[in-house]
Order: sequence, then C-alpha cells, then structure tokens
Amino acid sequence: MKRHAVWLRANLFATRPQGVLSLTILFLAGWALWSIAGWAVFDATWSGDSRDACSGGGACWAFIAARSRQIIFGFFPQMEIWRGGLAIGLAFGAVLLLWSGKLRPGARLGAVTGLLVLAAWLLSGGFGLPKIGTDLWGGFLLTFVITIAGCLAAFPLGVLLALGRQSQLTVVRILSTCFIEFWRGIPLITVLFMAAVMLPLFFPAGLEADKLVRALAGVALFAAAYIAEVVRGGLQALPRGQYEAAWSLGMGYWQTMILVILPQALRHVIPGLANVVIALFKDTTLVLIIGMFDFLGILHAALSDPAWLGLAMEAYLFAGLVFWIFCFGMSRAARALEHRGRSA
Amino acid sequence: MSAAITFQSVDKWFGALHVLKSIDLEVPVGQRLAVCGPSGSGKSTLVRCINGLERCDSGEISVLGNPVDDSPETLRRIRQKAGMVFQQFNLFPHLTVLDNLCLAPERVAGVPRADAEARARHYLERVHIPEQAEKYPSQLSGGQQQRVAIARALCMEPEIMLFDEPTSALDPEMIREVRNVIVELAGEGRTMVVVTHDMGLARAAADRVIFMDEGGILEDSSPAQFFEAPGTDRARRFLNRLRLD
Repeated sequence: MKRHAVWLRANLFATRPQGVLSLTILFLAGWALWSIAGWAVFDATWSGDSRDACSGGGACWAFIAARSRQIIFGFFPQMEIWRGGLAIGLAFGAVLLLWSGKLRPGARLGAVTGLLVLAAWLLSGGFGLPKIGTDLWGGFLLTFVITIAGCLAAFPLGVLLALGRQSQLTVVRILSTCFIEFWRGIPLITVLFMAAVMLPLFFPAGLEADKLVRALAGVALFAAAYIAEVVRGGLQALPRGQYEAAWSLGMGYWQTMILVILPQALRHVIPGLANVVIALFKDTTLVLIIGMFDFLGILHAALSDPAWLGLAMEAYLFAGLVFWIFCFGMSRAARALEHRGRSA
Repeated sequence: MSAAITFQSVDKWFGALHVLKSIDLEVPVGQRLAVCGPSGSGKSTLVRCINGLERCDSGEISVLGNPVDDSPETLRRIRQKAGMVFQQFNLFPHLTVLDNLCLAPERVAGVPRADAEARARHYLERVHIPEQAEKYPSQLSGGQQQRVAIARALCMEPEIMLFDEPTSALDPEMIREVRNVIVELAGEGRTMVVVTHDMGLARAAADRVIFMDEGGILEDSSPAQFFEAPGTDRARRFLNRLRLD
C-alpha cells in the first residue's frame, strides 16, 4: 500500500500543476470509460428477434447474437454445422501443436498434416460425408481457412524463393527475383480480381478450378513474396563462417541450409514473419470484393437485413474487437516463440 | 611415405591481387606442417584451398589422391577426410555442444545417433571439456568454444586436420589450453596443417615449418632451424617483430 502511495506521489502528484492535470485526465478517462461501459454493457440489449427488441439506449448486441451462426460458419447447412466447428477446432489444434514445439520435428509435421487433412475433409465432405460447396463457406470459418491455408502454402514457397534469390545458379536467381518483384508490386485486390474473374478465361473449356482454391492460390503467392523477402533478411544476417563450417564438415547445399542456416535465419525473423501472418489475416477481408463472405463481409451483408437496420456501429465495433483479439494473440504467440528461441 | 596433400604450381588471384604465386608443396602422410607468415601473405588462402573453400585459378591440388575440383561429390569426400578448425570457431549457435558434435557424423557420415553421441563424448573428453556437452556455445569461453570446434572436426574422424589460425582470436590464458590440445593431437600421427603466428604452437606441434610472404613460400625447414636460424631477412624481421609483441 505504501509503495503505491509513493509511486502515485512521484509520478502523478509531484507538483501542484501536475496534480491538477492528473486529476483532470483521470476524471475525463473515468467519465469516458463510464459512458462507453453504459452504452456497451449496462444499457445494452443482448437478445431478441429484431431491431424492435433493442428499446434501451445502449448497444444492440442482440443483432450479433441472432446472426452468430452465419458470422461463424457462413451459409453452411444447419445439419452440418458440427463439421465446421470440429474443423475449426482441429485446425486450431494443429496451429497450437506447430507453435508449441512438442514432439520431434518429423512426428509434429506428420500430426499437423493429419489434423489439417482431417479438417479439410470435414469441411468439403466426400468419402461418406455429404459434399458442401465452397460457395457455402463463409464467416469466420472462411477467414480462418484462407489465413491458415494461405500461410501454410506461402511459407515453404517463400523460403524456397528466398533461397532462390541467393542462389549461385543465375537462372534460379533471376526467376526468383522476378517472381518476388512481380507479386510484391501488385495490390492484393488486383490479385484476387485476377484469380476470380480473369483466370477462368485462360482455362481450357471444361477445366474449372474452384473459386476458393483460385483465391487461395492468389493469396498464397502474394504472401510468399513477402515471406521470401523477410527470410532473405535473416539469411543475410548470418556470418559466412556458418556456411563454411557446414561445408567443411562435408555437408551439401540442402543439408547446410536445412540443418544449419535456416534454423538460425528463421529464428531471427520471427517478428517479420508474424507481421506477414497478421497482415494476411486482416487482408482476408478483401475477398468480399470477389463475392465471398468472410467474417467482416458477412457482418457487412447482415447490416442490410430490414429487420436489423442501422446497426453499423455495433457490427464494426464487434468486428474490430474480434480482429484485435486474434491479432494480439498472434503477436503474443510470436513473442513467446522469440523468447523460447533465445533461451535455447 | 605417400603424399597427403600436393600443390603443383598453384596460382590464385583475388581480383588484381596475386595471393598464391605458383605454389609447389607436398605434405607427406603423418607430417605436421606449420604455415607461418605475416597477414596477407596468402597462408590462410593456402589452407582454405586444401578443402575447397577457395578454388585456385590454375595448377593442381590433390588431397589423399583426390584432385580438388568443382564437383560437389569430390568436395564432400575431401571435406570428410580433412577436418577444419577456424579462427572464429564457427560453432552452430542454435545447437548444444553435443548436437554440434553429432550433426555431421549423423547426417553426413550416417552414423547412428547412439554411436555419434558416444563418439562426441569421447572427443569432448579428449579436449578436456566433457562436462560442457549440454551447454550452448554462447555459454562457453572462447577457449572452450575452440576446443569444441576441434572436437567437432575430430568427430568425423578425418585423416587430415586443417587449422586456420586457431589461437588468434583468443585471450592469452585461453591460448594455452587450445595450444595444449593441438599439441596433444600432433602426437597421434594424423596429418596436420596449422596456419599460425603462434610460435609456441608451431614449435611444439610441427615437424616442418614453411614461411610465406606475398603469396610465395620463402622458407621450408625444420622448426628448430626456422626459429633459431631463419635463412631469409624477411623471416628474420618477421620473427623479431613477433618476439617484440
């Protein structure tokens, strides 16, 4: 208690003007917090069937609650919702397992692949489960699918591109550089438009790739270019002596890279990689413009429901809060990974 | 005695700089050769040409009968037979000492993990730091790191050991522990090439000294003769300066 008093005196009330300023700011902050809490919590309506249920002066969360199934699963058939839920759970488990560093690398990679394949099977169906077209996927499920699949495809490709850009082989180096500079130079919206609208025009008649798969491929190639540049930064930070030590023990190119260089380089660039993942997670919202309804898109669409007009504030605050929670979580996870690397 | 390493009129340029000038050298199997000379004399380049970290521009180098060329297979074969210790240790910082030692035997030579580990512990014992096996390189002193680096090279059970200024990056009291380990190794009959300014090391470990300056070999003699009565003025001045330091 005494320590707190000392701290307060030293930091907030050291002089008379500072004390006045502190009190004013504390008062304003408290008042703002009280008003927000009143609107968002105490006066809010939490359940109901339409806008009319929200008679209080507060926020109308009933809208979110009534729409929650669509917000999470999009247009997934009601009977198959469990598959969506289970798939999200499995994918989440796979990401956690990958992050945790439990199990030996080979076993971990196997388990993660298994979980993701199982999740993909639950989502798309076939082999005994009724098929669900990807046009029915939406909401948070779609955001999740694009982020995870996009990252998982982009990461190995990005690492290969980073190695390619440093390669001694001129052709490989030039191709990698061109690829990276091309994808880095165009906006993601353009990529998505190309994938959705232009790409099918180039396919021979009869051959058709799923729209989600096309969008995913675009997102993955786009993210791979960014990951490649982040990883290249890490490769350049390593002293030449590490390569020479590996070579002088008789290691070849791939052994040197996989056993010695990449484990160190990737550890150096965890903050940069986290940046790419977080940016990708937020950029998934752009799929709205090619007619796919991700988490934000479906909230946006729900706003035009005649039963729930005029609730843009609630919808966007909710979306912002959910995005923030996930991004903050990823940021913390990346920091933990960094620290784990340092103690090792 | 057959030759472990031969150089036949080897030339090497770094741009306009002529670092190795028509070098002819033969190191018989089992010989311990010290390479001395001022910085920039080409001695490090010479030893790095042996395991192909540098490629010569003309001439022939052959190691245990294998000509050093650009083929990755030859280079891998030569590097497994010729271990190298660097001035800056170059341990792998993301691996424990034990994993540093086991990595190449397991992944390059295909030794089973248990055997690789036994071998690693054996060589850690030999360099007098068996208790550091579970630590990371950053937790060790410079002298300990260099001894781990020596053990790491030994774990591939090479027929030749190459040392590129192994004591130059160390504090004086650590120089002694590393020097002692190298001198002990010298007593085992393995072919060794030691690039060094460390006269104590050259004297105690080598049975032949070559003195290089400006890319050429100026003297080739026994340690006793080189240190007591060098044949050239250049070598005399070099030795005098070392004694003053």
